[in-house]
Amino acid sequence: MTISTAPVSVAVKAPAAEVAAKGNRFWSWLFLLAGALYFLIPLGATFYWSLRAEKGRLGLEAYRRLFADANFLPTFSESIVNAVAAIILSLLIIVPTAYWVTLRLQGLRPVVEFITLLPFVIPAVVLVFGLIRLYGRPPLLLTATYDSSRVVLICAYAALSFPYMFRSVDNGLRAMDVRALTEAAQSLGASWATILRKVIFPNLRVALLSGALLTFAIVIGELTIALFMAQHTFGPYMANLTRSKVYEPSAMAIVAFALTWAAMGMIAYITREGKRR
Amino acid sequence: MSGGFLSLEGVRKEFKGLLAVDTFDLEVEPGEFVSFLGPSGCGKTTTLRMVAGFEQPSSGTIRLAGKDVTFAKPNERNIGMVFQSYALFPNMTVAENIGFGLRVRKEAAAAREARVAELLDLIHLPAKGKSYPYELSGGQQQRVALARALAIRPQLLLLDEPLSALDAKIRVELRSEIRRIQQELGITTIYVTHDQEEALSLSDRIVVMSAGQMEQVGTPFEIYNYPKTSFVASFVGTLNQLRCTVTDAGSGTVAFDGQTIRVESPIQFAKGTQVLMMLRPEELHLGERGGENRLSGTVDSVTFLGGVVRVRVGLGDSNLTLDILNERTLRLPVVGEQQTLSFPPHACWVMAEN
Amino acid sequence: MGGAKRPPRAQLGRWLGVLPFFVFSVLFLIGPTLILAYRSFEGSAGGLTLDNYRRLASEAVIRSYGMSIRISLTTALIGGLVGFLMAWAVSMGGLPRPFRSALTTFSGVASNFAGVPLAAAFIFTLGRVGVITALFEVFGVDLYGTGFSLYSVGGLTVVYLYFQIPLMVLVIFPALDGLKRDWREAAENLGATSGQYWRHVALPVLLPSILGTMILLFGNSFGAHATAYALTGGLLSLATLLIGQQISGDVLHNPGLGYAVAMGMVAIMALSILLYSVLQRRSERWLG
Repeated sequence: MTISTAPVSVAVKAPAAEVAAKGNRFWSWLFLLAGALYFLIPLGATFYWSLRAEKGRLGLEAYRRLFADANFLPTFSESIVNAVAAIILSLLIIVPTAYWVTLRLQGLRPVVEFITLLPFVIPAVVLVFGLIRLYGRPPLLLTATYDSSRVVLICAYAALSFPYMFRSVDNGLRAMDVRALTEAAQSLGASWATILRKVIFPNLRVALLSGALLTFAIVIGELTIALFMAQHTFGPYMANLTRSKVYEPSAMAIVAFALTWAAMGMIAYITREGKRR
Repeated sequence: MSGGFLSLEGVRKEFKGLLAVDTFDLEVEPGEFVSFLGPSGCGKTTTLRMVAGFEQPSSGTIRLAGKDVTFAKPNERNIGMVFQSYALFPNMTVAENIGFGLRVRKEAAAAREARVAELLDLIHLPAKGKSYPYELSGGQQQRVALARALAIRPQLLLLDEPLSALDAKIRVELRSEIRRIQQELGITTIYVTHDQEEALSLSDRIVVMSAGQMEQVGTPFEIYNYPKTSFVASFVGTLNQLRCTVTDAGSGTVAFDGQTIRVESPIQFAKGTQVLMMLRPEELHLGERGGENRLSGTVDSVTFLGGVVRVRVGLGDSNLTLDILNERTLRLPVVGEQQTLSFPPHACWVMAEN
Repeated sequence: MGGAKRPPRAQLGRWLGVLPFFVFSVLFLIGPTLILAYRSFEGSAGGLTLDNYRRLASEAVIRSYGMSIRISLTTALIGGLVGFLMAWAVSMGGLPRPFRSALTTFSGVASNFAGVPLAAAFIFTLGRVGVITALFEVFGVDLYGTGFSLYSVGGLTVVYLYFQIPLMVLVIFPALDGLKRDWREAAENLGATSGQYWRHVALPVLLPSILGTMILLFGNSFGAHATAYALTGGLLSLATLLIGQQISGDVLHNPGLGYAVAMGMVAIMALSILLYSVLQRRSERWLG
């Protein structure tokens, strides 16, 4: 799994414009162009291939075949369901935790933050190794059936989302000055449940959506854990496709890129809109 | 170390249709301490930055010791600058910070060290050479910033609101330090501030600015006692303003609420014009012995400020503030009692209402 | 927040709020790691031993670790340098403002693009019949003839940079923003040229950040599995791929050694995160 510190806030305050000397500007354009080439050529090449499925003409045949493939929809929808389940699970665990750690259990903060960093210390391949060994035989046999393994998979995804979800929610709580709002609500007589439901969650909408979108992007194409747990999700399907077909993988890569771009774009959009309020 | 002399001729600065500084003309004598005083956005910092070379004037010339430096690069002007945020290099010790300008000029290490030691003594921090900026207090950091600017023996010293980020008590201490050092070294200095107390106490001359315009240039005494515009009058110090009508321009009399007030000099406004009579609080006296002009009213509030007792007296719709010097046997006025106020004609002046 | 003692029930309620988190972490993060750790100390005859760790010096392990370290070092250095230069170019290099947010968004996307789609994209670019390979042929250069192969260490390095560079860009942006304009002006005022400012002030101040992020990049590359697997089918000698093979079938012919290899990887990752945090804290002290 890649560590991606995708910014929760894209509207970063840029430093005051430097009066860059002419020489500076030349190098800046050079670096940017070189970088742009490196990043855009593979996309361009893949897109070009994806249009050449039909002999002699450019067309969307590869995409048609991809979407018509018998395994595309089942694996894709299975991944989507996994992602949604992982997101909900992660939210239900992280939001109360972040809230309590910020308000009542400040002493626990270092411990909690350390734990949310664990997914960076434990690579996916090691984690799945441990999961299989831990839950692969009695007394903790949880991987006996496909469905029970799937539950373990979803739980693992939720755990992997902790760093992003926690940081997102934490930033959101900080931005809304959760302590002041809670004390105001309490002085007006609200119970904890009411506070969570009517004060915390609504103000956290932007942070929650950002965390959810990030988790979605990570889960949807995840390969390592799904592969070794023999799950028929989108990641292993894509890997198979790369080995078995010629043109469809290019369409698949473009679709995957577009999906990731949409998710990140949405995060940037809702963050900007959220700030406007 | 004497300063050069600085002249700004017709300096203007425009930013995308916004006129930040309009026709700024000033001649600064060698060794003089000049303050640019005004509210935020009045153009004082922009003018300073043009002298430093971080902004280019849209028109006009800047000359330093006879040389035209209008378009010279900041690192070629030999001007020392102290920033509001200290801008000390965090990765260098105090000694390295102070010596930075000398290092860039490739001075020999021995000479550099001697100069750094000299400056550490000047700012009274001889033992802090090996410390890092984050280990020092705000006031100490600012002193180091001053030393760093002075190390290169600049012809001109520029200070951009150097005390704004500091606590009140440190501000007052450091203020006199800065003036002491400036006078000891005789270096020409320009000081930007929005704090009039700083400007009044430090400067040989003050330039009061507002919305890009130079409102007045003069000594602190002149600015305070003989303000040329109502902006200067109200920005510097506390000011009493009463709406009056001119009764006789030649003899200098105006009428306030039926009572006659004599202003000393002839008035430039025609009989019947509505004008503002202006008067400083310390020139007003309780009782009848303070001067020929008399006004009566009711005491609204009495504020004991320590060395000064500030009394506000209501006169119908207007009010007057007067300052009494404290004495141990002083009888404080009581809120609600009737009082007569008196002041001499030469204490007040008249300005147009705008 | 109230000095009175809270009623016992409320005390309990407080801990209840964070209990799910801890239970979950133990079940799905700490537990799996601990079982691997425990098993790594298990001898073939039962009982605890360090034998498995001694056997880490075996050929297969050293070869794959060595390769992983090589790729990780290279991508950390190149990715760090290129990422830094690109971040500099858009924030302080005088380029128009929109480029900065464009680079930020794209970096967010690219750093998450790793895995099968990335591998596929590069197969179509630099694979045996890839577009760029064909382009080289047009100019008379036989790319694969020179020994280059996408499915080797060199090829993997090129592919990994696709998510390493964006990661560097994203993490170094705040540090570059932290460079106060005042420092530059103070340096100029004291007579420094642009080059002297960078040499004496800007780069030293940025160094902890740059170094720390490169270490982060190292760890990121070291633990990457999906991209390498998708590209090579798990056939390259790489630490993560070795562990993967060990999971599917005991290629090392020694379960204990397999666990030791896994724990060795965790140790390296932990060290890299630790160094990163230390350097990050130092840089925050200067750049606020």
